[in-house]
Amino acid sequence: MPLNRKNKLLDLAAAKRRGPETRDWQVTQILPSIIDGLLIGFVYGVAAMGLTLIWGVMRVINLGHGATMALGMFCTYFLFSDLAVNPYLGILAVVVLSLLFGFIIYGVALQRVIQAGYLSTLLATFAVNMIIIGVGTALFTTSPRNIDFSAGSITLGPVILQGTRLLAALAAVVITGALYLFLYCTRPGKAIRAVSNNRAAAELMGIPSSYVLALAFGLGTMLAAVAGGLTSTFFPFTILSGATYQLKSFVICVLGGLGNPLGALLGGLFLGGLEGVIPTFMPVSWVPVVEFVLFVLVLVVKPTGLLGAK
Amino acid sequence: MNAWRQPGFWVSFLLIFLAGVAVLVLRQDTLRETAFTVLMFIALASSLNILMGYTGYVNFGHIVFFGLGGYFGFYLVSEMGWPVYLAALGGGVLSAVIAYIIGCAVLRLRGAYFALATIGVNEAARAFVSNFEPFGGSTGLYVNFAAYDRYGGAAHALWFTFILLWLVTLAVVVTSYLVKRSRFGLGLSAIREDEDTAMVMGVKAPQDKTKAFLISAFFPGLIGTLYFFKNGNVEPDDAFRFQMSLEILVMVMLGGKGLLLGPIAGAFAYERLRGYLIISPMFKDLHLALSGLILLLIVLFVPGGVVGWLRERLPHYRRWLE
Amino acid sequence: MILQVQEVHKRFGGLQALTDVNFEIAPGEIMGLIGPNGAGKTTLFNVINGVYPPTKGQVVFREEKITGLPPYEVARRGLARAHQVVRPLNDLTVRENVMVGACFGRERLSLGKAAQKADEALAKVGLADRAGQLAGSLNVAQKKRLELARALAANPYLLLLDEVLAGLTPSEIVGMMDTLRNIRDEGFTILMIEHVMQAIMSISDRIIVLDYGQLIAAGKPGEVAANPLVIEAYLGDPDMTARLMAE
Repeated sequence: MPLNRKNKLLDLAAAKRRGPETRDWQVTQILPSIIDGLLIGFVYGVAAMGLTLIWGVMRVINLGHGATMALGMFCTYFLFSDLAVNPYLGILAVVVLSLLFGFIIYGVALQRVIQAGYLSTLLATFAVNMIIIGVGTALFTTSPRNIDFSAGSITLGPVILQGTRLLAALAAVVITGALYLFLYCTRPGKAIRAVSNNRAAAELMGIPSSYVLALAFGLGTMLAAVAGGLTSTFFPFTILSGATYQLKSFVICVLGGLGNPLGALLGGLFLGGLEGVIPTFMPVSWVPVVEFVLFVLVLVVKPTGLLGAK
Repeated sequence: MNAWRQPGFWVSFLLIFLAGVAVLVLRQDTLRETAFTVLMFIALASSLNILMGYTGYVNFGHIVFFGLGGYFGFYLVSEMGWPVYLAALGGGVLSAVIAYIIGCAVLRLRGAYFALATIGVNEAARAFVSNFEPFGGSTGLYVNFAAYDRYGGAAHALWFTFILLWLVTLAVVVTSYLVKRSRFGLGLSAIREDEDTAMVMGVKAPQDKTKAFLISAFFPGLIGTLYFFKNGNVEPDDAFRFQMSLEILVMVMLGGKGLLLGPIAGAFAYERLRGYLIISPMFKDLHLALSGLILLLIVLFVPGGVVGWLRERLPHYRRWLE
Repeated sequence: MILQVQEVHKRFGGLQALTDVNFEIAPGEIMGLIGPNGAGKTTLFNVINGVYPPTKGQVVFREEKITGLPPYEVARRGLARAHQVVRPLNDLTVRENVMVGACFGRERLSLGKAAQKADEALAKVGLADRAGQLAGSLNVAQKKRLELARALAANPYLLLLDEVLAGLTPSEIVGMMDTLRNIRDEGFTILMIEHVMQAIMSISDRIIVLDYGQLIAAGKPGEVAANPLVIEAYLGDPDMTARLMAE
């Protein structure tokens, strides 16, 4: 399967950038890779927030999450390469487009089966995933693209911070803040939290739940696409790249507690940090083993997540 | 219950039996390869159906048993020199044992949490095997050609493997039917509908669903060994393809979950459709998108699958469409 | 004694749901369990049949401690339950629903015998003509009867009935009462929760009253109805005294 192989190459490329494979325990080695991992972790966190928001509000596991991220990557890419739009300005366009895209997907694929149980919604979102990947492969092929954009770098002692990652992390923080403002200080946001808390009760209070569900799916899709757009500035990608990030998002959501957006951000940082640390004392190919074993363990032992309250 | 007099069972059984006989009579290599793939997916989908259709636990990692059992069986054939049928049995037993261990932990989770955990198990297994040197790490294993000599060369070995797969597929259908028509199966249906109520009524849900998981996992281990033996090599990305788990799931849904004929019809239809789309010049780039569209239409409008839909439309033939 | 509940306490976090509950049921007895909403009646059922373990105390069923056993072990020892909120297995037929009770209840019948037993139980509750239908397609009154049939098919030593009359129309209640009397006459031992006072007063041999998780009264229906503590517990409902006295 070319998908997996390519992703493995990407992982390896990422690992090389994080720092040489070495068993050297010196701080000068570990610190840069942790910081680098944390910066990427912010972006992971944004993606996972999208997944966890959709789960929390709709009880839907969005298997189209990765494909949506890939669409965000391509959107940013084409804006940059064809229209010379700065990738970080391009993100604004991604926000609008992906929100609309999310509404459409909800209306077409989910509205009809939202009450039918998790198997139907899983399969519906998986069907969306297949359609996106299928059309994407036909249009864009699977040869890797990359956004050739540099935002300089900052050197702090032994640590060299790449500008693109700093900007991406900054964007992630801004987005998280905006999401929380939206959820806690606006009427639609409060409606989302109400539906997330208890859909039936919210309906009794006169909150139109199908409108809220559409909004939540739109927001979740938007977060995924934005995370994709941010990622595209530092790793090469194809239409299939979303799959790896989707799996990471699952891991992160479970670590942070499914349905908890702030948990997702912290989970993202944790995973990013972990990915930075592990290669300094074992081969980078063991990273996914650690990640997924941790994932299953947390699910089994504490399904509400490491940060879960109850 | 006179379980053997049900026409629904014989429809499914004879379909597969006669298909195998036809392939053996015609003796064409391309036909055998096509039939191998179709039978393999029928067996995988039917075995998944025992957990997903009967018990209501959606397993996104069914292929993990195909992969692990297949790796182990392949290792037994190629490195240890076991005959392929014994090695396949070994692969199946290993899969069942692993299912038991995983099941004890993971089956405590319900609904979407279980589904998520199975995704994790699949990825963990793939990542682990990629690093596991006795199984060749990320490059996998290649068959020791001496293993084919035992059956009079590669060509004969391929036919022999096909016959084994055919028998395994029949065994899956028989097992699946016996489970469905048993008290155990009734308990599984009760678990599917409402696990807490089932337990209040006396169904030993934790034990019964672990048993269902174990049965469901045994067959993919057998099939994996045969498949990789036929291919001559095994590597992590082939053995633990998440996509394949999903395809098997789609097949079960397409045909109708919880029915005996459902996964058989679903696997056949999906495989043939994919075969057609891949070679068709118009659709070859879009085959994935079209499969997705079909799945979406089924989920939205025919949730009972094709066979389930027919059963509803043709109540008089229900006995034939088990 | 068929059931002995000894010093049972149940606490959920900060909520004390049951406090020091003690009572016994003799074979063949019909015991009514009443109390205001939220008194802990359903929780008591859940502790008895193993859905929750008690925080403290013992449940003894036919001289065997069943405290802490999972619900399926309790069911297999001969204790069956009809739920207040009906929980049919929707995608199974009515007959299959009842067969689950017969297959996994006290007698653990084979499929063939269970089908027979299921048909008998369905006839008893008046659902015989619905046997082939999917359980999800029944109306509420029929689902209540299905709950009862499933419990009966297990042929239990003790039946726990949780508000089998709730949500029924007056004429349906009359029909269901006839069914309950028939079941009583067959010699089943029953512990039942009920809010329809007339019904429970007329059918029970003894009544126990739960209020805020504590037993506040026990005795013959007439005695309990006259007990000032019971009247006080129901004070939110001024007609209650009259209704308790009516029978």
